[in-house]
Amino acid sequence: MGKITLIIQREYLTRIRKKSFIIMTILGPLLMGGIIALSVYLTLKTQDTVSIVQVIDETNSIYSQLPQTQSIHYVKDTLPVAIAREIFNAEKYYGILYIPKTTFTRPDSITLFTAKQPSPAVVTVIEKNLENLIEEDKFKNAGISKATLDSLKTKISLVQKSVATDTSEKEFSAEITAGAGFFAGMLIYFFIFLYGIQVMRGVMEEKSNRIMELIISSVKPFQLMMGKIIGIALVGLTQFLLWVVLTLAIVSMVSSWITGDGGSTALIEKVQTPVELPLDTSAEQVVSQEMLQSSGFMKALGSLNITKILFAFVFYFLGGYLLYSALFAAIGGAVDNDTDTQQFMLPITIPLILAYIVAVSVMTNPESSIGYWFSIIPFTSPIVMMVRMPFDPPLIDLVISMVLLVAGFIFTTWIAGRIYRTGILMYGKKITWKEIGKWLFYKN
Amino acid sequence: MQIKVEHIVKQYASHMALDDVTFVIPEQSIFGLLGPNGAGKTSLIRIITRITAPDQGRIYFDNQTSNPNHIYMIGYMPEERGLYQKMEVGEQAVYFARLKGMTRHDAIQKLRYWFDKFEIRPWWKKKVEELSKGMAQKVQFIVTVIHEPKVLILDEPFTGFDPVNTNLIKEELLRLNKDGTTILLSTHRMESVEELCSHIVLINKAKNVLEGSVREVRRTYRTGNYDIRYKGHPVSLVNGLWGPYQLLENKEEDDHQFARIYMDNPDQTNVLLQALINEVQVVGFNEVIPSMNDIFIRVVEKKEELPRAAQQPN
Repeated sequence: MGKITLIIQREYLTRIRKKSFIIMTILGPLLMGGIIALSVYLTLKTQDTVSIVQVIDETNSIYSQLPQTQSIHYVKDTLPVAIAREIFNAEKYYGILYIPKTTFTRPDSITLFTAKQPSPAVVTVIEKNLENLIEEDKFKNAGISKATLDSLKTKISLVQKSVATDTSEKEFSAEITAGAGFFAGMLIYFFIFLYGIQVMRGVMEEKSNRIMELIISSVKPFQLMMGKIIGIALVGLTQFLLWVVLTLAIVSMVSSWITGDGGSTALIEKVQTPVELPLDTSAEQVVSQEMLQSSGFMKALGSLNITKILFAFVFYFLGGYLLYSALFAAIGGAVDNDTDTQQFMLPITIPLILAYIVAVSVMTNPESSIGYWFSIIPFTSPIVMMVRMPFDPPLIDLVISMVLLVAGFIFTTWIAGRIYRTGILMYGKKITWKEIGKWLFYKN
Repeated sequence: MQIKVEHIVKQYASHMALDDVTFVIPEQSIFGLLGPNGAGKTSLIRIITRITAPDQGRIYFDNQTSNPNHIYMIGYMPEERGLYQKMEVGEQAVYFARLKGMTRHDAIQKLRYWFDKFEIRPWWKKKVEELSKGMAQKVQFIVTVIHEPKVLILDEPFTGFDPVNTNLIKEELLRLNKDGTTILLSTHRMESVEELCSHIVLINKAKNVLEGSVREVRRTYRTGNYDIRYKGHPVSLVNGLWGPYQLLENKEEDDHQFARIYMDNPDQTNVLLQALINEVQVVGFNEVIPSMNDIFIRVVEKKEELPRAAQQPN
């Protein structure tokens, strides 16, 4: 046992001291945090730039009703279009909005001239503004007043609750729970690949540098293999933990910098209380709707059984990793060089990719039989079961799946151990599947 | 420590690597494991070091059946040297020492001694990839002997060393041997066998074909040839040669003549000299002792001819 610890130590320490590990660990959260911070920043700051649009209004009624918003200012211009286009000042104005006389009969004749490709956001706001005006005009002509119209408008958002009465009426939110499970499944998917391949490369390094023979004159091949697998698993967990901590730190730091005070809670409050933002057009109310939903997001997250999911995540993360990394180690032990790895990698990547595809379908239909079977089979269960987790799968499913996963990785480790111990001492031989099959039955 | 190799058989799928090999490595000997490429030397070493298990047969260390604890008593340097390229020299050496059962503290102490001895102390913090091949070999040697093994197994230890370092290693080996270490040396270099080894075994085609102390082996393979350097006329020499002698060669060398003769009975040297002294002035007389190189080639080539018909197609 002492030797395995020693090997784990070496694998762990040499890896976390590597420059690439440090860079990845810092860069990962920077990227993640950066993306989150950027999206928050953009939602809060896009209103700052004001686009001034010249309006040539031939109807003489629309301009006066156009709302001046934070992002778009409308300025009246009386010149004919041709001349206005001729003398257009691109530095001062964003574009020319030409509203012809025929607008009320043919609304699609309104034209926006711009110097450069207009941004979709600006176009959407202008379109929304115009639509509202013209709609209102049409309603007026049809004899419907604004008040009547408002009272007619209906919006329905289902309150989703669990039938179980024992818990305090858990609220569900299908999209968000599915999203959380899928995200966890994806993390497992990437980690299996990332660290499985590290295991393979580690074994190949030992084999091609001929360190192998030296080491296995003091430890058993199986100890060396397990030491490497466990050592790298710890590296993975460390990196993951650091990412979580650093991402949280960066998000809260950046958000406090944006909002100027109070850190992340202030940010969330700001996002959750759209009233504070001066919004006066329906276009911007769309944004506020999304923000309202994001407060629902927090609530939905709260409704998930976090401890259970977290436990399952760690379990499937480790189980899936152990299952696959043993196979990766076997490949590393069997081959001599990089190019040979390809043919042996394929059978390993296929179930992983299959699991990914199934995960996508399970996300929308967690109770399907495909979802059931793939969350039971050890090769796909780490990913598929994670997607099912937020939907509270029956305990029996979970138990079967976990027991099978443990059995699965014991089995793959056993197979891998046999391939590994023969492969690591084979040099310069073209390895085929048949050959590997034979190794399984060699005596010790 | 004495090692007994008894009836070892190892077969790979379609290829017999070792076929009933038996020999004894005497305590505190420097034992040469010889044989052409592919003869099964590496397979045998891997069995002794417990890297692989034999299909049949046993290894005994001091009359004790080989068991997992014996690996701590072995220091093994494989032919293909390997160290972790990206690891620091000192750290790596400590790691290997600890794998051999040393404590961290002991390992560092011992390593300091060896690093000083080989004058490589400044490399402690360097990565292996920064070292030259010769430097890495020194580190490899230290890693092999660090845990003071009772048995040293070295596969082609001198490849890659310059003459200065080869000497350094040789001296170390002789010193370790004097202090009681049994050394098993697998090599092609016959001159180092003659220089170092007290005993040898020659493996060819998976079989033990020759075994014994170097002196014995050379005596067994003595040719009965003698070189004589003399002053005088060759005809006079021939006059002196009568009975069981045979002149193989005669030529002029500087200011004297050189002759190689064959003699059946090695006890007759004095008789021969007495006869010759009357005819010519003898300035030199010595037996032609076969080099290990000659013996190696003779045994391997002879054995190759015999079993060829019975050989497997593989």
